[in-house]
Amino acid sequence: MSYRNDPYDPKQVALLDPAALAEAVTEAEKAFAAAGDPDALAAVRPAHLGDRALVSLARREIGALPPAAKADAGKRVNEARRTIEQAFAARVEVLEREQAERVLVAERVDVTLPYDRRPRGSRHPIALLMEQVSDLFIGMGYEVAEGPEAELEWTNFDALNIPADHPARGLMDTFHVAPPGSGLVLRTHTSPVQARTMLTRTPPIYVVVPGRVYRTDELDATHSPVFYQVEGLVVDKGITMAHLRGTLDHFARAMFGSGARTRFRPHYFPFTEPSAEFDVWFPEHRKGPQWVEWGGCGMVNPRVLRACGIDPEVYSGFAFGMGIDRTVMFRHGVGDMRDLVEGDVRFTRAFGHGA
Amino acid sequence: MRVSLSWLREYVEIPDLPVDELERALVDLGIEVESIVDLAGTVTGQLVVGEVMDIEELTGFKKPIRFCRVNVGSANGTGEPQEIVCGARNFAPGDRVVVILPGGVLPGGFAIGARRTYGRNSNGMICSVRELGIGDDHAGILVLPEHVVAEPGDDARPVVGLDDVIVEVEITPDRGYQMSLRGLARELAHALGVDYRDRGRVPATPGTAEPAYPVEVRDPVGCDRFAARMVRGVDPTAQSPGWMRQRLTVAGIRSISLPVDITNYVMLELGQPMHAFDADRLTGPLVVRRAVAGEKVTTLDGVTRALVPEDMVICDAGLPNPLAASGDGLPISLAAVMGGETSEVLPGTVNVLFEAAHWDPAMVGRTARRHKLFSEAAKRWERGVDPALPLVALDRAVGLLTEYAGGTASEQVLDVDHVRPRTPIFLPADLPSRRIGVDYPPARVVALLEQVGCTVRRGTDRLVEDPGEVAVAAGGGETLSVTPPTWRPDLTDPADLVEEVVRLDGYDRVPSVLPTAPPGRGLTWQQRRHRAVSRALAERGHVEVLAHPFVATGLADQLGMPADDPRRRAVRLANPLSEEEPLLRTTLLGPLLGIVRRNLGRGLRDLSLFEVGTVFHPRPDAGSPPVMGVDRRPTDAEFAAADAVVPRQPRHVAVVLTGDVEPAGWWGGGRAAGWADAVEAGRVVLAAAGMPDRQVEVRAAEYAPWHPGRCAELLVDGTVVGHAGELHPQVVATLELPRRTCAMELDLDALPPAPPVGAPSVSTFPPALIDVALVVAESVPAALVRRALVEGAGELLESVSLFDVYASEQLGAGRKSLAYKLTFRAPDRTLTVEEAVAARDAAVARAAERHGATLRGA
Repeated sequence: MSYRNDPYDPKQVALLDPAALAEAVTEAEKAFAAAGDPDALAAVRPAHLGDRALVSLARREIGALPPAAKADAGKRVNEARRTIEQAFAARVEVLEREQAERVLVAERVDVTLPYDRRPRGSRHPIALLMEQVSDLFIGMGYEVAEGPEAELEWTNFDALNIPADHPARGLMDTFHVAPPGSGLVLRTHTSPVQARTMLTRTPPIYVVVPGRVYRTDELDATHSPVFYQVEGLVVDKGITMAHLRGTLDHFARAMFGSGARTRFRPHYFPFTEPSAEFDVWFPEHRKGPQWVEWGGCGMVNPRVLRACGIDPEVYSGFAFGMGIDRTVMFRHGVGDMRDLVEGDVRFTRAFGHGA
Repeated sequence: MRVSLSWLREYVEIPDLPVDELERALVDLGIEVESIVDLAGTVTGQLVVGEVMDIEELTGFKKPIRFCRVNVGSANGTGEPQEIVCGARNFAPGDRVVVILPGGVLPGGFAIGARRTYGRNSNGMICSVRELGIGDDHAGILVLPEHVVAEPGDDARPVVGLDDVIVEVEITPDRGYQMSLRGLARELAHALGVDYRDRGRVPATPGTAEPAYPVEVRDPVGCDRFAARMVRGVDPTAQSPGWMRQRLTVAGIRSISLPVDITNYVMLELGQPMHAFDADRLTGPLVVRRAVAGEKVTTLDGVTRALVPEDMVICDAGLPNPLAASGDGLPISLAAVMGGETSEVLPGTVNVLFEAAHWDPAMVGRTARRHKLFSEAAKRWERGVDPALPLVALDRAVGLLTEYAGGTASEQVLDVDHVRPRTPIFLPADLPSRRIGVDYPPARVVALLEQVGCTVRRGTDRLVEDPGEVAVAAGGGETLSVTPPTWRPDLTDPADLVEEVVRLDGYDRVPSVLPTAPPGRGLTWQQRRHRAVSRALAERGHVEVLAHPFVATGLADQLGMPADDPRRRAVRLANPLSEEEPLLRTTLLGPLLGIVRRNLGRGLRDLSLFEVGTVFHPRPDAGSPPVMGVDRRPTDAEFAAADAVVPRQPRHVAVVLTGDVEPAGWWGGGRAAGWADAVEAGRVVLAAAGMPDRQVEVRAAEYAPWHPGRCAELLVDGTVVGHAGELHPQVVATLELPRRTCAMELDLDALPPAPPVGAPSVSTFPPALIDVALVVAESVPAALVRRALVEGAGELLESVSLFDVYASEQLGAGRKSLAYKLTFRAPDRTLTVEEAVAARDAAVARAAERHGATLRGA
């Protein structure tokens, strides 16, 4: 213990002895290095930086030194303390990093565990394709038209130039609503929507009609009494078969890639004249590359325009239609129509949300 | 229709061309090709003519077996007789037969080898007609007729017609003329640009004043032409020549007798259906008339058919008929469709009366359908037959019969002809170009129309014969006067002629031009909503199905619908596929539950399905729609009256859940689907449809097929739009569904348009959170307590969430505790504790006032 104004010799103040300070630094560094984790390090800290540590005790001695000696001794003590503090901080950083790394290792999990806790739902491929086709035509300025499934015979047949004794109208092919003479059928195609559209709109008409249709076919691998079509109708001034072809070419390319080709074959439909069936070349067919019969089309029969109140001398139009089910089947390699009908979730789930 | 190329070549110069080019030529003209089979390729290996040298009968087997030695010349490489075991017995030494040598393959992949059988070595096979794939005859092996020139060892293919090509085509319903060699050859001539001989337009023996047989045509509408000619004294034993039988076989027509085969052959060749009567079995003049109700005729297929007054019949006036007036005679033939038994040609017939007529196609179509008798003749009549053919066909039939069976053709030819000449169609010469988008100069249009047989008169002036068609000439350009040929009843309108132009010129010449639509408006809000709902449900884990809407009459009972439930009134089909399911669904749930059952049957237990689709509600007392023509647009009133009959078909959405909505896994147990998942599905739909929470209400309801204590009705603006919850245990049991199956169904069309979204103002001040536990009677719906809290708390309430519901002895019987977390926040300041507590107290006070709620612990 020293006293104010005592004669001063730092060497006599053991705590301020440079050698002692140097040793304290060395001791501290050793102790810090020996601490293996942050807790151990914290435990040894008081001995080297605490109130009772040498550097702390040494600092208290400085006040008693003569003024001339204070600066020198203070500098020495502070330097020693700073060195110890730096050693401590450096060691803290190392140990904390090491510990964080150990935690990360300890917390490792098996990320390959399956986690299907929220089973995914899905859309039906037919519904998805109808939306896709609609979107394509909406992009071309068309609008989506809809109509009833239980439909007037007049719109389903008469207005489309299918006369009363046409075979397709009979009970063999068409579902009729009871009682006889109800004048109602389950629509056999989406074409009655053409008639409804022409009755309620004025040209120019550009519509696409997706929908459910019915025919009296027993369900088997290639038929269903309930199936889906999409058709397009354009009525405008100066519409030609070349426009029909251009539209279907565009449609085919959008559906099947820029290399898609189409082929027209003359055919007969009462509601179009001239009429054609059109094929698309499908290289990815499960039975090998081939022409696939895709749908029917033609120039709207002037008789149909007239029945729907559109002057065939002023306007002309085209119409086309194709089976959605068929398209899904060949595009996705579905071998059996029943898969589209039965609602087996294993089948439908494969189609997801149709991104 | 199936024909051989060799037969076609008799009418048109078909060059040798690959099968796919031939197919392409036909397809390009609108003739659908079912198959083209090169018969030469159907039998591979050595198929040779053999001469039977000797036959050894083998005994001791179940059936008689012959061991034959057959001379096949040098075809077998040795010149030695070929030893063949054969089971047929219809041949003798000296007969020439068709032998396939080992290594050959018969149709159907039937490979022939040398083998040991019945104790002998058999080196090849002696073939039957059926084994060769050239007919159905399998009664014995094919023995070559004497007149056939062929030596043992010769290639047998040309001898039996296996060097030919068989073409099978499908004819569209408007082109009856193509259902004949005459028509097909014409089309091929167009396609290939080669010469064509029209056997249908040749001079024919004209009708004579004196009839070949007395005939009275009473109905010239149903029958506008009736021609007949007699051949007397034919050899009744004369057989049809092999080439004729072969051609009939290829076409799928059975050989019957020479006169009948000739009528069928002429039908195939020219397209004119005919009939052969045994003149000696006729007792009086023929009368062609409509049937009288109650009359019957037994057709050649042995079926006795009750006739209706629209059917046309050919009657024997000599036969008494109690149902008809004297002289009307008894029906002996269902005209145009099928002949009758009583007058058919028999094996001993020596006097044959050939008939070739022209019938009303609409009448024939209806008669054929009525009697379900789609004969080859009926098929042709329905599609249209050339009325100019009868005399040509008679000449051809008479010629064939006298050539192969002798006899004398009558000098008299009957021809009762009421056929009206075709009127011209006026075609603006530029119409094809305007409709197709290809430049067809008028000369080209004329040439193409003439090619299909039209008579075309050029000129710019409207022809006076047809003032009704003035509009067609309005363009001011050249108008063509086009008279279609007699065999083209389908050509009636200018558009039909346009089709002929583009068809012959080639559909592949039509360019590809994209039209420009006016700007569209995109999807309607309803269409966007349907998509949003489907997508939202799929994203929530539901799987979309598209069920068939047919349901059984018993479904309403199975679903427990009360007697006055409007869903019991369903649209009924007159001709359902299954008598079990004659109704259309009034709820999506019936068919959807069927699909659930199907999945369960396949071992899939955790199911969450949805469907968006229409249901059908009949209009009460709808009656029939007004009769509307097609010559003009129906008036708005007419169409509205018709539309009022159409069943209401709102679009519904339904969800069915069973099993686990969350499966068990390594993470722990699964969670079974419950009523709340069904209600949640309803809320998902309403949210996806843009219905804000404030417009939506959920309350308890009793509604089939739901559990009366676990059924919610969903309301929008106070209107019930759907139901959700757990199905009634009785329904679950009846439909054999898993216990606790849940469902939701909602009428999308009942939802109002989504209101515009008003953006909420978002406060950045801190919230004050206060929990309250309210005790209320068990019967008080949580939804009402919540509403009371919301209304009582006032504007400072930002949100309220129910985080606990429980009942306990401590609370007392019939009481429950609802614990809510209330979040308060002001838009402009930090709330003081006093403000938050005051708002909480106001909320609790409102719940206390309305529902007797007390603060737990207070």
